[in-house]
Amino acid sequence: MSDAAITIGAGAGDAIEAGSRVRDFVQLLKPRVMSLVVFSGFAGLMAAPGQLHPVLAAVAILCIAVGSGAAGAINMWYDRDIDAIMARTRGRPIPMGRVDPDEAVSFGIVLAIGSVMLMGLAVNWLAAGLLATAIAFYVFVYTIWLKRRTPQNIVIGGAAGAFPPVIGWAAVTGNISLAPIALFLLVFMWTPPHFWALALYRAGDYAKAGIPMLPVVAGSRATKRQMLIYTVLLLPLALAPWLLGVAGAFYACAAALLGGLFVVAAVRVWYDSSERAARQMFAYSILYLFLLFTLLILDRTPGLWNGGAA
Amino acid sequence: MTVPSAQGIPAADAGDLRRRRQRARNWALLAILVALVALIYVIAIVRMGGG
Repeated sequence: MSDAAITIGAGAGDAIEAGSRVRDFVQLLKPRVMSLVVFSGFAGLMAAPGQLHPVLAAVAILCIAVGSGAAGAINMWYDRDIDAIMARTRGRPIPMGRVDPDEAVSFGIVLAIGSVMLMGLAVNWLAAGLLATAIAFYVFVYTIWLKRRTPQNIVIGGAAGAFPPVIGWAAVTGNISLAPIALFLLVFMWTPPHFWALALYRAGDYAKAGIPMLPVVAGSRATKRQMLIYTVLLLPLALAPWLLGVAGAFYACAAALLGGLFVVAAVRVWYDSSERAARQMFAYSILYLFLLFTLLILDRTPGLWNGGAA
Repeated sequence: MTVPSAQGIPAADAGDLRRRRQRARNWALLAILVALVALIYVIAIVRMGGG
């Protein structure tokens, strides 16, 4: 019997005995995280100058999605002990005993190798290399090394989630310039306030699992200060695509407005002693990135208001 | 005779559930393999066409 079944108990053992469902394997891919990853990858692909055959573009997006899912599955395998402790994660397939940990990690490794190889063979090897780096960064740097050791876990580990727009860009152009680096920095700077907003109202959960998230280690006041600093720094960074000629004036105005609202959300969190503002900021942070990349995509869509900048 | 398991599900039903889930997984794997073959075929055609 697997170690998960031993720690989780007889009920979980029965679940493994009954075998996992296809739906359980889909859950291992973290579909909600995948949606944002795919979207940011698509934005990078759209923002890049040049042409990529639609079939190859679809393959690039598929590879980004599968690579992201693979990293998620390996993360769930490694974190199965702490996932079983936290309320937010205890319903995942491994702690629930619906998927055997060995099957989960095998599934993740096969998908990771498959997505990188397919990206390399179908699109180009720079994009494949970046995808491999993103997966390795998420698994080894964030999950295994940083997550349980330092409150800066999501600051440094956030780089893994910042790769998709760069991968999308590299898929089209075959190189990396200043613009995809700006998109990388945008997601990189967005990640800490996004996760700390969640950590503020889940601090008890993280403390119970022994994860040194900033609110657990430094307290809510210090976390709120950091969130405010990151959102203020993010404000000019979101304008970088316009300054670099990748997006037009409409994007710039909307990005400034959305960034301003993000700062307002952080200020509200600063003054709010309850969880309400943090919950709202977490929800808004997701909307912020979706809207920002939507604007970038629309701005680059030929025939729309800008007809594709640059 | 059916023997109850730890969750109170008769062993025969548990075996049937296991077989059904295994069959569903097999079909999903077949669908993925067929989709992969089709995808690689399409990619090869596009790449050979200069895409």
